[in-house]
Amino acid sequence: MLTINNISKTFFPGTINEVKALRKVSLQIKEGSFTAIIGTNGSGKSTLLNAIAGTFIPDEGSIKIDGTEISRWPEYKRARMIGRVFQNPFAGSAADMTIAENIVMAMRRGQSRPLKIAVHKNIKAAIAEKVQMLKMGLEDRLDNPIGTLSGGQRQALTLLMATWLKPKLLLLDEHTAALDPKSAAKVAELTKIIIEQEKLTALMVTHSMQQAVDLPDRIVMMHRGQIVEDLRDEMKHRVRVPDLLETFNIIQKRELFDESVARLMKEQYI
Amino acid sequence: MNLVIGAFTIGLILSLLSLGMLISFKMIKFTDITVDGSITLGASLTAVLIATGWNPWLATLMAFFAGLLAGAITGVLHTKFKIQEILAGILMMTALYSINLRIMGRSNIPLLDTGSVSSQTEQLLTTISGGADKMNVFGWEVPVADMGALFSSLVLSLLLAIVLNYFLKTHFGTVLRATGNNPQMVRAQGVNNNTMVVFSLALSNGLVALSGAILAQYQGFADVQMGIGMMVWGLASIIIGEALVGKSSIGMTITGAILGTILFRLLIAIALRWGLNPNDLKLVTAVFVFLALVAPAMFKNLGKRLQKVRSHANNQ
Ligand SMILES: Nc1ncnc2c1ncn2[C@@H]1O[C@H](COP(=O)(O)OP(=O)(O)OP(=O)(O)O)[C@@H](O)[C@H]1O
Ligand SMILES: [Mg+2]
Repeated sequence: MLTINNISKTFFPGTINEVKALRKVSLQIKEGSFTAIIGTNGSGKSTLLNAIAGTFIPDEGSIKIDGTEISRWPEYKRARMIGRVFQNPFAGSAADMTIAENIVMAMRRGQSRPLKIAVHKNIKAAIAEKVQMLKMGLEDRLDNPIGTLSGGQRQALTLLMATWLKPKLLLLDEHTAALDPKSAAKVAELTKIIIEQEKLTALMVTHSMQQAVDLPDRIVMMHRGQIVEDLRDEMKHRVRVPDLLETFNIIQKRELFDESVARLMKEQYI
Repeated sequence: MNLVIGAFTIGLILSLLSLGMLISFKMIKFTDITVDGSITLGASLTAVLIATGWNPWLATLMAFFAGLLAGAITGVLHTKFKIQEILAGILMMTALYSINLRIMGRSNIPLLDTGSVSSQTEQLLTTISGGADKMNVFGWEVPVADMGALFSSLVLSLLLAIVLNYFLKTHFGTVLRATGNNPQMVRAQGVNNNTMVVFSLALSNGLVALSGAILAQYQGFADVQMGIGMMVWGLASIIIGEALVGKSSIGMTITGAILGTILFRLLIAIALRWGLNPNDLKLVTAVFVFLALVAPAMFKNLGKRLQKVRSHANNQ
């Protein structure tokens, strides 16, 4: 389904601020699988998702969806295949526009936008029916600006919008991180339901070990722009939160060790 | 009465400018100064074409297309060449000043005894009033020509308002409105937000040039200076319109822009009648827009301060 081959991305190359955010990352995602990406702050998780979504063009490497090379496509063109929910609950919808108007735009993601009235009675009924499933009472507020809703409500709607037309790939970047615990749990629950119901292929960045253990069927761990662990099938089923924390510790210790050794060497030889 | 009819007519003609600016300033949130140049572009092109014997309607249509092109260039300067929006508009406006001079060949072209887009309406009214050149409106004797201009600008303004209202509610129009709101979201929905910006600026300046074309025919001349300050006047009109009817729906926003423009023209006519020096008009308008822009925030602060003072008083 998704084949990423040796992609790299360096921000501010050749300056003191140079950041190698992705270093020859390769990853294959099977159709219908749900993968979590975990890792420390700044390890390149969002950058990986952005590279797939097309926020920027990677410096090298290829990204293929169903065999089509998309790594040079602009972001809007990739949206035909990719549904997306951002960490910022306000990023996925147009605040001043109504719930119905926002959803109607998502109902034609990647398709033509004809000169026909967008929000009419029949469409509204269809929207209300599907919005009901969120159990947030939003079906009665379809004409309210989406900006008047809470972050959790907006994120739930963004999730619904991203999956309204079945995407080949669903990208979730810490989409529950900015929510209060209750809303976060609700959105996580919805995510699971929608992904299962629609049999979606999904990639989810999360900081919640619990989410990583509970929701997906594969865990990928990133560190310093590289994939350092890949737990799937049997391994994934056995893994528990403490195991993940342990792995983190090991990786960080290894690094500490590396750095202190490097310093020692410097002191001795320079 | 003539004063009022004149203000109404100019208000209706300039409401096309306000509708155009509604698209750039309110829908895609682009502060576009091209307006000052494109209204003159519309006026000068139409004036030259009519003076050389073109059909006024065709000449007006050409002005619309010229405006489309000017707006599209501003859009490309901004999206493709990454020039800041204000600067992109200034560049285009400056270029248009020379272009307008080139089109006219001098700084002013009079349109005397030539046909205009309101000629047919005037003829119709003349027939109705039995060939007289004045007609009775609510007890006032009004020149038929003035009524003709009023009617035709009214019809045109209403027609465009209806079309625009429909357009903004279509699938395409909905995405256009979202572009100013959240371009990231628009991209995530598979639409090139840059294309939307170019399109919107083109449409916006097309309407502005249309307004200029009709204004030139109404006032009987095109002048290379006539666009100066027009963008701020449009802003003032939009602000007044919002205060007047709010912005609860697209229909209301459009209605507001039209009513705001007319009211603004009436206010100007009255102020001039009361002895305001015409040279001070632009200063007064600028101060007005400044106040309208900062007033909401000031009121909020004032409210907060009052609350503080009150709670202090209560505590003592
Ligand atoms: N647009 C950008 N411009 C410059 N540097 C960037 C940009 N995006 C990311 N980076 C840098 O790349 C590195 C990886 O960032 P990224 O956002 O991918 O990390 P992350 O794993 O998502 O971290 P977090 O858990 O904090 O979200 C960081 O050092 C970050 O500062
Ligand atoms: Mg991140």
